[in-house]
Amino acid sequence: MNRIQQNDFNVAGEYARLEQQDNTGAIVTFTGLVRTEDDGEAVASLTLEHYPGMTEKTLQAVEDEACSRWPLNQVCIIHRVGNLKAGEQIVFIGVSSAHRAAAFAACEFIIDSLKTNVMLWKKQTDVAGVSKWLTQKAEDVEKNARWKTE
Amino acid sequence: MVTGEGMIRILYFAQLREMFNREQENVSLTESITTLADLRRVLGERGTRWITLMQNNKTLAAVNQQLAGDDCVLRAGDEVAFFQPVTGG
Repeated sequence: MNRIQQNDFNVAGEYARLEQQDNTGAIVTFTGLVRTEDDGEAVASLTLEHYPGMTEKTLQAVEDEACSRWPLNQVCIIHRVGNLKAGEQIVFIGVSSAHRAAAFAACEFIIDSLKTNVMLWKKQTDVAGVSKWLTQKAEDVEKNARWKTE
Repeated sequence: MVTGEGMIRILYFAQLREMFNREQENVSLTESITTLADLRRVLGERGTRWITLMQNNKTLAAVNQQLAGDDCVLRAGDEVAFFQPVTGG
């Protein structure tokens, strides 16, 4: 299950849904937040832009690949778009499996793939009101590439 | 629109939407546009900003919501999107 939305999400509620399946021995979740500081700059907000239609397709492809690589019970990916203030939640990933190894690996794979493959762009505004589009980090590309050779 | 001449829709996202000051536009598929590379060249003829960004290897493209290379053949009704590498998560 995955969705793109403007509204905030409730981690406890999503976690409760992940618990509702027999033979679940492990749940791993990741929540991404808007940092209050980025490279020494005080951040006021992020604006997340997406490509309606293709963003959902690329997100589904990430979920499908995770499900094909590990024995997972449930996957939940939620990504917010629009204007998000510093400290707000941006992204939630929850994975359940019978055993922890698959849940840990799949959760990390999903966030690494999402950062380089899903149609989303961040514009950061600092506390002085100056905005800039963020650029893709080489570190994120390397982290994602690691999954291709394993 | 000339009869028999197809149109494509072009979408621009994030940095490119702001740099080109447009979210989308319709463009005629003339004889000089067969592939994505041709479209980049034709759009680049609009000026310095266009040619710089259209020839930049960080300007990526999708055709009908699938990532596409410069050799992708364009057809009437296609939706072409231009954007820079993604930064979600």
